Amino acid sequence: MMRYEAPATVSAAVSLLAREKGVGLVMAGGTDLLVKMKSGLVEPDLIVDIKRIKPLHEVKKTASGISIGAALCNAALGENAMLRKAWPGVVEGATLIGSKQVQGRCTMAGNLCNASPAGDAVPALVAAGAKAVIQGPKGKRKLAIRDVPAGPGRTTLKKGEIITAIELPKREPRSADAYLRFIPRTEMDIAVVSAAVNLTLDAKGVIKKAAVALGAVAPTVLDVPAAARALIGTKLDDAALDRLAEAARAACRPIDDKRGTAAFRIQVAGVLAQRAARTAYARAGGK
Amino acid sequence: MAGIHVKTTINGDAVEFICQPEETLLDVLRNRLGLTGAKEGCGTGDCGACSVMVDDRLTCSCLVLGAEAEGRSVETVEGMARGSELHPLQRLFIEHAALQCGVCTPGVLIAARALLEKNPNPSEEEIRFGLAGNLCRCTGYDKIVRAVQAAAQEMRGA
Ligand SMILES: Cc1cc2nc3c(=O)[nH]c(=O)nc-3n(C[C@H](O)[C@H](O)[C@H](O)COP(=O)(O)OP(=O)(O)OC[C@H]3O[C@@H](n4cnc5c(N)ncnc54)[C@H](O)[C@@H]3O)c2cc1C
Ligand code: FES
Ligand code: FES
Repeated sequence: MMRYEAPATVSAAVSLLAREKGVGLVMAGGTDLLVKMKSGLVEPDLIVDIKRIKPLHEVKKTASGISIGAALCNAALGENAMLRKAWPGVVEGATLIGSKQVQGRCTMAGNLCNASPAGDAVPALVAAGAKAVIQGPKGKRKLAIRDVPAGPGRTTLKKGEIITAIELPKREPRSADAYLRFIPRTEMDIAVVSAAVNLTLDAKGVIKKAAVALGAVAPTVLDVPAAARALIGTKLDDAALDRLAEAARAACRPIDDKRGTAAFRIQVAGVLAQRAARTAYARAGGK
Repeated sequence: MAGIHVKTTINGDAVEFICQPEETLLDVLRNRLGLTGAKEGCGTGDCGACSVMVDDRLTCSCLVLGAEAEGRSVETVEGMARGSELHPLQRLFIEHAALQCGVCTPGVLIAARALLEKNPNPSEEEIRFGLAGNLCRCTGYDKIVRAVQAAAQEMRGA
């Protein structure tokens, strides 16, 4: 029979998971986990609910940036004015997930660990250069978001390891990000393609730092440095936008499925990267 | 099977129940506590017929475990009326014929109340967006939107 535990500390959660002989799984919002349990896709022997761990609900400014507790639901994330201002693209991705009902439960860390190539919270976190703060039986470590998913439905986390927080780097002046997804409906759907762009401008509006990430065009979310390089040193002129789209398309390795063909995904990836770049550029104060 | 002993608050009343670890809050409400307002339309978070508030957050009770209710405050459609006096949303849903079969209605009412608490004067688009997690097979949504608009106006005292 399955057991349910809701420990009050991270170390208690880690030791419960580390000691478990069968399948032990973390539950944050449960919006993926409970659906998978109902369909019989996963059959855990132990569920460790991390929502009773108070520090995992906190948003804190730290020496290295902003730390977002892994149990904070995305509705609460979207209500945080400081985050909306510093990381509009990250908030956009996280708050696009599901309905208001799903928002009241789901988390960014859960979206990341569910490891869907189309997870909406992930591209903007990759473009942000965010890190997962991980605690496990052997202590703490930090891992770039990009390196958490190993493939569809798989992560690089080891037995007993929990993501305790997502850490966004310090924001420089004139920086902003944006996230866009293509879906056939207006809400409540899974991304067919998605793109996130994160930019920092100099005082003259020239892009000095850039990152571009694409979702749903490969087994994991892609970080595309070649697309970022196409933007650096430019004021996002048409030639730069063309090079951006070209580099984004070149990085795609999508599949054909009922949601879209590979060719369609490649085409739209370039378009979304351009649009996200324009939005991020304007948000960062570029003209 | 022993089960988990849970102490919680439902619609302001202290409630205790025993449930199995995999049992959802929706099943507990319906099968153990006789609160059958929340409905199971899908069981996978898509339809919103099971919507309830848990600690002031709108959630699908089909994607919450019963055991998670420990120490929390749960609000269901059964707690919306004050005695025999319907909540303005409930009354205006009837007046505007915003329901037919009624399966979606308890969830829509809870979601609409949550929306109006955050945004007392929503635009039509905001109402449609706020209720996007509530599917209705009968009404075509238009009458639901009109009823919510009327309730918003009345509740603002306008
Ligand atoms: C109706 C509906 C609509 C949806 N729409 C979208 C959508 O538009 N876009 C989208 O991307 N997703 C969508 N989803 C999927 C889901 O809501 C998201 O992936 C969500 O972010 C998952 O977060 P959670 O906290 O609920 O994860 P959970 O279900 O709690 O966990 C997901 C997985 O991650 C693991 N996990 C969770 N937290 C941690 C942690 N801190 N450390 C280690 N492992 C952890 C769990 O063990 C589990 O394997 C939708 C789901 C539903 C039901
Ligand atoms: S029954 Fe819970 S969302 Fe459909
Ligand atoms: S009234 Fe029948 S589903 Fe909405």
